[in-house]
Amino acid sequence: MTDIAKKISTFITDNLLLGRTVDLVGTSSFLDAGIIDSTGVLELVQFLEETWGLSVKDEEMVPENLDSLVRLESFVKKKLGK
Amino acid sequence: MIGTLKHRGPDGRGVHVDGPCGLAHARLAILDLEGGAQPMGIESDDFVITFNGEIFNYLELRDELEKKHGRRFASRSDTETILHAYAVWGDRCVERMNGQWSFALWDRKRGRLFCARDRIGVRPFFWTVHEGRFVFGSEVKAIFAYPGVRRALALEGLGEVFTFWCTIAPRTVWEGISELPPGHTLVVDASRRVEVRRYWQLDYTVDDSRDDATCAGELMDLLVDAARIRLRADVPVGAYVSGGIDSSVIAGVVKRHTDTPLRTFSVAFEDPDYDESSFQQDVVGFLGTEHSQVVASADRIGGTFPEMAWHMETPVVRTAPAPLYVLAGLVRKSGFKVVLTGEGSDEMLGGYDIFKEAKIRRFWGREPASLARPKLLRRLYPYMKSLQAQPDAYLRAFFHVRGEDLESPFFSHLPRWRLTQQLKGFLSKDAKAALARHDPLAELRARLPAEYAKWHPFAQAQYLESTILLPGYILSSQGDRPAMGNSIEGRYPFLDARLMDWAAKLPPHQKMRGLDEKSLLKRAARNLVPPRVLERPKQPYRAPDAASFIDPASGKSRHEYVDEVLAYDRVAKGGIFDPDAVQKLVEKARSGSVVGVRDNMAFVAAVSTQLVAERFLEGFESGLPASRQAIP
Repeated sequence: MTDIAKKISTFITDNLLLGRTVDLVGTSSFLDAGIIDSTGVLELVQFLEETWGLSVKDEEMVPENLDSLVRLESFVKKKLGK
Repeated sequence: MIGTLKHRGPDGRGVHVDGPCGLAHARLAILDLEGGAQPMGIESDDFVITFNGEIFNYLELRDELEKKHGRRFASRSDTETILHAYAVWGDRCVERMNGQWSFALWDRKRGRLFCARDRIGVRPFFWTVHEGRFVFGSEVKAIFAYPGVRRALALEGLGEVFTFWCTIAPRTVWEGISELPPGHTLVVDASRRVEVRRYWQLDYTVDDSRDDATCAGELMDLLVDAARIRLRADVPVGAYVSGGIDSSVIAGVVKRHTDTPLRTFSVAFEDPDYDESSFQQDVVGFLGTEHSQVVASADRIGGTFPEMAWHMETPVVRTAPAPLYVLAGLVRKSGFKVVLTGEGSDEMLGGYDIFKEAKIRRFWGREPASLARPKLLRRLYPYMKSLQAQPDAYLRAFFHVRGEDLESPFFSHLPRWRLTQQLKGFLSKDAKAALARHDPLAELRARLPAEYAKWHPFAQAQYLESTILLPGYILSSQGDRPAMGNSIEGRYPFLDARLMDWAAKLPPHQKMRGLDEKSLLKRAARNLVPPRVLERPKQPYRAPDAASFIDPASGKSRHEYVDEVLAYDRVAKGGIFDPDAVQKLVEKARSGSVVGVRDNMAFVAAVSTQLVAERFLEGFESGLPASRQAIP
């Protein structure tokens, strides 16, 4: 797992899963798996912005960017210009 | 046993033992203060009853029983009316009664015990069979006081709470303890067989024969009479004013249509997100009532919660019962024993947001690719900041209409139940394993009435709300328990038997016109309620949840017991929750980040479950310890 994926994974485990055991790598949709609740996405975006100094626009807050570990990692990389 | 229920009846106590049957009663004296003592018998105690509640149409029934059937009454009480009604009409006597009750009636000659609960579940009734003996009570704690009755949590009961917010009778959160479902009778016959039978249910077969103006007139006539018979009492009657339409209508009806001097009561919140005082003041000014208000601070809600848990006897996912406990305390201190409230209007006349939500989702489901239709979702829940802040795509995703959902009999309630079921993720490994095969929705599906599939989707949603959350939570944890915990009786004109039967048959468009909830009630009550209250968007009654236990600003627990019951070792020892998950939730609350609905529900669920388990399992005492008295 890359450093980015690890950080995101730890955040989700500690703040959204709160200790529940879920295989994040194998989860294709956080929404369908009930990992992201009605406000979880805002917590997640706040974490991305604070951790990597990003600015996430409203139109970027879509499941295509945020709904799995793979999508999140590539979204962060894209924002960082990697 | 009866000593555990002193709060329900501090005015007197009685016991009647006759052969195999023992009845006990704790009395809250409201009608016939001199002659209404219980257990009460007639015909040399051939019929003896212990009864909790009120039969509001007892004068009409009494008149009929005297004139047509030659019955002779010895008291002025409604209790005696039930005895004569049973003597004349047998088990079907309940069909003639309009009120809120649970009772057990000993029929000596036939050696049978006849028990019944009101139609919609205002008054509680629990029972078990212990070593061949039928043991019952208004609260579970009375049954636990019977020697030898086992006290253990039923995981399937918790599974229901973590789905529906409450259990569905006959299931309770206690192993071996059943709740008599609303609208049912129970008979223990001479051979000690127990038989439970339904005598009433809501029927949503539509009668579309009258126009709005006619229906609005009928509704007002029903409401006026429902309130009038609920003012029958030999003690003064007050009313709650929440600042919403329903309680305002009730207060308005009493003020304008009766000559009863009205005293009103309300609860205010420190947090402006929950507070409705300005609307309450509008109503009070409009009606000119003498009014008293109490403020429920987050600190006070948290401080009251352990006592509330003792009264509720079940885990809950919201703190909302606690402010009502504080409010009932104010009523009691003001010298009142009876209050009218607006409860039941949202269920019967179509007021809840969940009905609106279902309507929008169904509208969207017809054109799933539409980006415009889900925009209506923004009109829902204007009071929920966290939800309003969500990006469009996520709001859509959360309320997402799956193809198979449109076919589900539970379409309206799936988002709420799926969200609540996420709380099961906080359970311990063992509890999860035990619940792995338990499917509350499949069980519920098997119990739906045969006519359900023929009803309009709006009526199906009403049925679910009226038969699950209303008796299981609204009338219990937010109704009977906080009120009776303070020796106060709530009365609900919107749950009048005639009004419920009438409202069920209204066509859905008369209840919710477009997205305008309770439109018929608003039309009927135009002159009874201040315009600002009539026009305001609906704001459901809510209270701060996790923030009532941990101050999000300082990160500190507001009360010592919070740290105690959520301590890692205590949670691990309890075995219900995963201690790591609870610990992380507590840390999150200390950092002020418990803002979402799920996390708030999880926090309240953890605190309430721990409190209830500790209070009723290991440390069960039949009274409330002095250390857990409410903060004054």
